[in-house]
Amino acid sequence: MELCSFLTLDSFITDPLTHDFMRKALLMSSLVAAVCGFLSSYLTLKGWALMGDAVSHSVMPGVVVAYALGLPFSLGAFIFGVGSVTLIGFIKQKSRVKEDTVIGLVFTGFFALGIVLVSKIKSNIDLHSILFGSPLGISLSDVKQTIFISLLVVILLSIFRKDLMLYCFDPRHAKTVGINVFFLHYLLLTCLSLAAVVGLQSVGIILVVAMLITPGATAYLLTDKFDNMTIISVLNAIISSLIGIYISFWFDLETGGSIVLAQTFIFLFAFLFAPRYGIFKLKKFFAGYKS
Amino acid sequence: MESINYQNFRIDAENICVDYNGKVALYDANLRLKPGQICGLVGMNGAGKTTFFNALTGFVNISKGKIRINGESVRSAQKDQTIAYVPQSEGIDSQFPINVWDVVMMGRYGSMNIFRCPRESDVQAVKDAIERVDLTDDLSTPIGNLSGGQRKRTFLARAIAQRASILLLDEPFSGVDIRTEKLISELFIQFKNEGKTILLSTHDMIHVREFCDLVLLINKTVVAYGETSEVFTPENITTTFGGISPDFLFGPES
Repeated sequence: MELCSFLTLDSFITDPLTHDFMRKALLMSSLVAAVCGFLSSYLTLKGWALMGDAVSHSVMPGVVVAYALGLPFSLGAFIFGVGSVTLIGFIKQKSRVKEDTVIGLVFTGFFALGIVLVSKIKSNIDLHSILFGSPLGISLSDVKQTIFISLLVVILLSIFRKDLMLYCFDPRHAKTVGINVFFLHYLLLTCLSLAAVVGLQSVGIILVVAMLITPGATAYLLTDKFDNMTIISVLNAIISSLIGIYISFWFDLETGGSIVLAQTFIFLFAFLFAPRYGIFKLKKFFAGYKS
Repeated sequence: MESINYQNFRIDAENICVDYNGKVALYDANLRLKPGQICGLVGMNGAGKTTFFNALTGFVNISKGKIRINGESVRSAQKDQTIAYVPQSEGIDSQFPINVWDVVMMGRYGSMNIFRCPRESDVQAVKDAIERVDLTDDLSTPIGNLSGGQRKRTFLARAIAQRASILLLDEPFSGVDIRTEKLISELFIQFKNEGKTILLSTHDMIHVREFCDLVLLINKTVVAYGETSEVFTPENITTTFGGISPDFLFGPES
């Protein structure tokens, strides 16, 4: 019985691997986590958490329309993701309403449109799997698409790694030395939309923003070097995904929720015990202990 | 009248206007600076000092007027690394996970390849720049652990590493220690001798008298411009600061 078998760590890890769907879920979720984790460092430093929330919710109608038309869902998601941000910028510029209010009202509008469309368009879209993710039920075509998008985002972020860091840190200097800030802005947005698309498969639209901000926030508490922050963020995201999926398998819990909870717990741990920036500042504690 | 050769001017801003969504931040502003000149930009908060800088660096577009840098457009000045901007302390996220070396290296980005891989010459430029601002012991210190003065020097080093001929400094003396202030003023003299052109904004009137050959008083537009000794009068200053007397601003003149 299951209860007995996870008493040993060995079978806790290996048993799920005997299932084809579990192997696929673990692999895909790790890949998605890596992509989101990579991007997460930039979003955290740029202060784009709310933007991540907005884009990830706004892709909903795009996904639905694309499914209905038989197009790749990533295309629809991408159009609506970037569209929402453009609309936010436009309304902010043309009205006196404050930015966070505009972001809130635009993305909820898009999200609502998505929900209405799902109920209206006759298709085999499973609302539940869009909202909450379904890493255990990824189809083969989805796998291909996810791999393609993930590689694309990773390649783009790798090429423009330093430029994006500069853009987050000091856009004015970037502009002064002739770097195309406009391009970088939209590059980051594009990657955000694409990451939201792949992320929604493992944790769903509602929680995908956690994949995009929590790993970066955790890493930010643990290091003062940008490269290390990226590495920690990616590893943290992957490990959380694996933990989340295993936990959900053994305890029969919602997978997306488990993954995000794992990330949240790791963040809390860093928040309390990070050597320099944690509440308990372990580094100081040990330094004091030694002397 | 002698004819004007625009090549002679490092900075030549002619009747420039900047507005943000219809709200005018700066209008009909003129400025001409030659190599080796140091000009103070003086005005109240919101008088358009930062906007002026933004227009010169191309960070905002001007809605009217013309800017020529070494006789060329702002765009080509960006490409040629002509202008370096040293930000105000408040304009920078001091908690950003980056160290001194990497910040100064950013001064070289504009002239690197797309992957921003430092060449031998870039490394040397960064080393030299850090040495000039006396931060050699803090190469790998995260900027969050620096003092305000050290952080200011880091960004100054970035401008030096960029090898720009025009330096724009936003409040270079605010929140710095005496040592940094002394170092910055020494650097200004070196820059002047190297023929660099410097435009600095400041709240401190003493610094204007001390360093600046020229002064530009602005309040949304140019109130007065010229040699510091001629233009920097109590009357002009009073006008610039909206009728508040300079005695009130910086104490009675001695």
